[in-house]
Amino acid sequence: MDFLQPTSWSEALDLRAERPDALPIAGGTDVMVELNFDRRRPGALLDLGRVPELSEWEADDGVVRLGAGVPYARVIDQLGAQLPGLAMAARTVGSPQIRMRGTVGGNLGSASPAGDAHPPLLAAGAVVEVASAARGSRDIPAADFYTGVKRNALEPDELIAAVRVPAATGPQQFSKIGTRNAMVIAVSAFACALHPDRRAVGTGIGSAAPTPRRAADAEAFLAGELQSAGLWESRAELPETLARAFGERVAAAASPIDDVRGSAAYRRHSLSVMARRAVTWAWSDLREAA
Amino acid sequence: MSTEATTTPTTTTTTHGRIGDSALRPDGTLKVTGEFAYASDLWHDEMVWGVTLRSPHPHARIRRIDITDALTVPGVTAVLTADDVPGENAFGLEHADQPVLASEFVRYEGEPVALVAADHPETARRAAKRIQVDYEVLPAVTDARRAMDPDAPAVHRPGNLVRHLKLRRGEQSPAAPVVVSLDFEVGMQDQAFLGPESGLAVPAEDGGVDLYVATQWLHVDQRQICLALGMPPEKVRLVLAGVGGAFGGREDLSVHVHACLLALRTGKPVKMSYGREESFYGHVHRHPAYLTYEFGAERDGRLVYGRTSVVLDGGAYASSTAAVVGNAGTLGLGPYRFPSVSVDVYGVFTNNPPCGAMRGFGCVQAAFAHEALMDELADAVGIDRVAIRQLNGMREGDLNITGQVIDSAAPVGELLQIVADLPLPPPSDPSDIRALPGAVGNTTHGEGVVRGVGYAVTYKNVGFSEGFDDYATARVRLEMTGGEAVATVHTASAEVGQGLITVEQQICRTELGVERVVVHPKDTSVGSGGSTSASRQTYMTGGAVKAACEAVRTAVLDRAAGVLGRPAGELRLDGEKIAGASGEVLTGLAEVLGDDAVEETVEWRHRPTHAIDPETGQGDAHVQFAFSAHRAVVDVDVELGLVKVVALDTAQDVGKAINPDAVVGQIHGGSAQGMGLALMEEIVVTDGHVRNPSFTDYLIPTILDMPPMQVKVLEYADPHAPYGVRGVGEPPTISSGPAVAAAVRAATGRALRRVPIRPEHITGT
Amino acid sequence: MRVTTTVNGTEHEVDDVWEGESLLYVLRERMGLPGAKNACEQGECGSCTVYLDGEPVCACLVAAGQANGREVTTVEGLAHGGELHPVQEAFVECGAVQCGFCTPGLVVAAHDLLARVPRPSDLEIREALAGNLCRCTGYEKILDAVRLAADRQAAR
Repeated sequence: MDFLQPTSWSEALDLRAERPDALPIAGGTDVMVELNFDRRRPGALLDLGRVPELSEWEADDGVVRLGAGVPYARVIDQLGAQLPGLAMAARTVGSPQIRMRGTVGGNLGSASPAGDAHPPLLAAGAVVEVASAARGSRDIPAADFYTGVKRNALEPDELIAAVRVPAATGPQQFSKIGTRNAMVIAVSAFACALHPDRRAVGTGIGSAAPTPRRAADAEAFLAGELQSAGLWESRAELPETLARAFGERVAAAASPIDDVRGSAAYRRHSLSVMARRAVTWAWSDLREAA
Repeated sequence: MSTEATTTPTTTTTTHGRIGDSALRPDGTLKVTGEFAYASDLWHDEMVWGVTLRSPHPHARIRRIDITDALTVPGVTAVLTADDVPGENAFGLEHADQPVLASEFVRYEGEPVALVAADHPETARRAAKRIQVDYEVLPAVTDARRAMDPDAPAVHRPGNLVRHLKLRRGEQSPAAPVVVSLDFEVGMQDQAFLGPESGLAVPAEDGGVDLYVATQWLHVDQRQICLALGMPPEKVRLVLAGVGGAFGGREDLSVHVHACLLALRTGKPVKMSYGREESFYGHVHRHPAYLTYEFGAERDGRLVYGRTSVVLDGGAYASSTAAVVGNAGTLGLGPYRFPSVSVDVYGVFTNNPPCGAMRGFGCVQAAFAHEALMDELADAVGIDRVAIRQLNGMREGDLNITGQVIDSAAPVGELLQIVADLPLPPPSDPSDIRALPGAVGNTTHGEGVVRGVGYAVTYKNVGFSEGFDDYATARVRLEMTGGEAVATVHTASAEVGQGLITVEQQICRTELGVERVVVHPKDTSVGSGGSTSASRQTYMTGGAVKAACEAVRTAVLDRAAGVLGRPAGELRLDGEKIAGASGEVLTGLAEVLGDDAVEETVEWRHRPTHAIDPETGQGDAHVQFAFSAHRAVVDVDVELGLVKVVALDTAQDVGKAINPDAVVGQIHGGSAQGMGLALMEEIVVTDGHVRNPSFTDYLIPTILDMPPMQVKVLEYADPHAPYGVRGVGEPPTISSGPAVAAAVRAATGRALRRVPIRPEHITGT
Repeated sequence: MRVTTTVNGTEHEVDDVWEGESLLYVLRERMGLPGAKNACEQGECGSCTVYLDGEPVCACLVAAGQANGREVTTVEGLAHGGELHPVQEAFVECGAVQCGFCTPGLVVAAHDLLARVPRPSDLEIREALAGNLCRCTGYEKILDAVRLAADRQAAR
């Protein structure tokens, strides 16, 4: 096994292209488990920890560009106002020690359906910025990024540079079920974002389908109902029946499995409850803000 | 770095503390600075690493093993299979039925098949993957309830029954106006000690081997290793390395024989240390249980009869299944008075992971069933759940279900009253999600949250039962060193974190009046201390140390009597002074001892226990009984099925608290393990395959899962035990889980007849 | 490969490191610093918590090469001149140590918490230490120890 340690983005892309057998490693919170448990023996490790471009974030024109190497701890500390959904999700990632090292880029790279960052990225309409030495950079909407269980849309010579997330224009919520009160992989997770500026609703579902996914039907349904009832203007209370119907639509968007962490039926059920509650909280936040 | 093996440092201290004081542990400083040498920390010059190749199948015949490829890997120093076991290829706590390395059959997933030693663990792992094993996969029996079916595949000859305990007492066709019954199921719990199985075997010049290992019982290990190596005990010397928790999971062998085999073959020190995944395959677990219980009672709630049928899944090898069956039978109806009883407990072989000792040992499974059923009975007769237990609770002088007299305190009613009277926690603050079910998962801001309260009470035997020759050995030496009296206490009794070394020091200080007590490293150069299990060490090794101190004191006073020309009976030893009957100082210890040391070794036994009758289960099976009660308060998000335990309060009779803080520490930790089984801990096994061998998916409680605990300790001395002590470690693990389960049932109104309770059990989805 | 890391103020240079090794392995098996513990090697227990450039991390999840040229502080580096750090002292005094396998990680995590939040609430302590599993104590005396250490540090 080789250990490749680029110190610039361009060097990292060159190495990625030269060594298709290299496994990128950032915070190591997924990769090192695979190595320690003897599940993977890549030809090389490509350490992205010394690529300065990856460890920065910046906000510009209502969009946060979050370098792929920014750890969760910084998302929590620094981005709670602009990316509240992602910050809430980040707070549930592993443990404080994991949050110190783990990165959103790593979550995207692993593309586990249980990755905590995915639902808020989907709900917020994030775009993943990837790059290769040969073709430069390209954007992949988060919703198109996840292609299968632990598979993503990266080409073999590409690396994740950043994720661009529109700063919140309205309330966001994130909920995650675990069978323990801390340090737990999601049994199911849900994120929602209200976009009052464009009278839209965003959603993201985790751990309840082969990939993280949006509940597009639920989004359209709720946005439409809010519109037709004039609630965007009136900011009146969200009818319980509407929240419930939204929850049911979110659950319907899932295609969960039974596994050691939970049953498919429970995953579906819990999504409906989380979605109902989360949208109720978000709507109530919106009303309070008004 | 030293060129010698790093081994556990001799633990010593000048900290004060006699019986009844909360003396600090002598190894505390080493543990907070990272200097304490655990088994996995050991290191030796020229050391190589050993790894184990394990079976991927729950049941298979081994047709052929080809190690040729593995031997070609550079850096590999040995590859061993069953053919390389020089002695008997068998070990086991009660029956030597488990191969050191599988030869003809593998009987569970994870069974050791071959060993590799190499200069780096990665080299050894790569080589192990190049060992080719040709398996013929066989049908497996993986449902314990089907294990005794005539057509079930036999795990061993002649059949799959390990032990059937049959207990009959009183009227066998009893009638009662109120009858309640239930079926209950308990999942497979793991000890999940944090320090993985590890050891360092060092080949010795005499052709023998020195093994530094984390274990619970050095001498029972030594016996089994000798058998497998074909060596006498003097050639196989064991030293206890630092133990990172045990809880029953280190009573059976893990790396022991393997490391010795590799060391003897390579001529080099061999270190073996399991990773967490391997640890799940590397030790026995708590038996999963299928329990059917029925209680009959008068209309006023007084019990008339108890009838149970229990199947315990012993997995592929016997381990301590027979003894666990013994407990699940003889203690399986809880601390209640039953005029008539019919109990059948079956321990069976399956092709699941072997199960054996874990804290609570057969009583844990039973308690979930009998406590759930007591709640049913309370509801059926319309009385309070505490009152029903108090009405039927054992008292001193009662007979238990094996006809044994409970001949010391049995404060069932009082323990329950204490926990019932403790203040209840205030409602949780919904503005801080960390205090709510789901915590930072942000699943509720108070929606769906219902509070529930549950009670449970239990009793547990202390020490080894059913006629086992249970003893402990202690050697105590007293001498003057640097002008100061120093006692050295030497036992082979394992310190696994519970604080035995502190207790040994406290007893020496109390009995000999010295301040400075050195605890000799635990090893096999002194006689057996028995197992660090069954809540027995303070009682047993404590008893042995006390007796050895008394022998030392007698010897010193005999000497002093000679020097002083006075009868020894008139003399007292008080620290460094020899005093007369009225306390006048006659001479000093220094004068009496000079440069000599007085050393005495005592083998100490508790009063005998007896086998139970095979047809009736009657007999004085146990030495001592320990009682505890818990009250759990939970908040349940009934819509999502998530639980937050908000209080877990307990009362326990400990006879005499030798070290009150350590007693409370045992109760805290034991309670946490019981709660874990109630709510989250389970090794999920499907068709003989473990599906969650990691800390990602085998969940144990975090600090955010544990509530504050109020602990009340009673000290009703047991007149039969040294200082009146009663074993402490296990009862909390037995009564906490059923109390938590009861609280969740109270909050949800659901029957919840299986633990761990999963969210989907609560939501019904 | 060669890895050079400053650990507890002393530079350690080790050779022939296999690229798949973790910082934890290098500390324990190559640098003679077994204080950080190997309980799960998957970041689920916190027993191997060390400071990497001042941040508490799981040493098992840091690739050895990632620690090259960095500064590491382990539990062995917290006591000075034979004097225990107040957190260590409090763990001993409060009975927060039983088997002690989780202790080095908890001591580092608690040390970090009190450096950031001198007087944490109980819920803050619980959230901050939720990445450190303990199987012996049920955590009650660990909470006691952190509270005591906070009091002592405040009194200084």
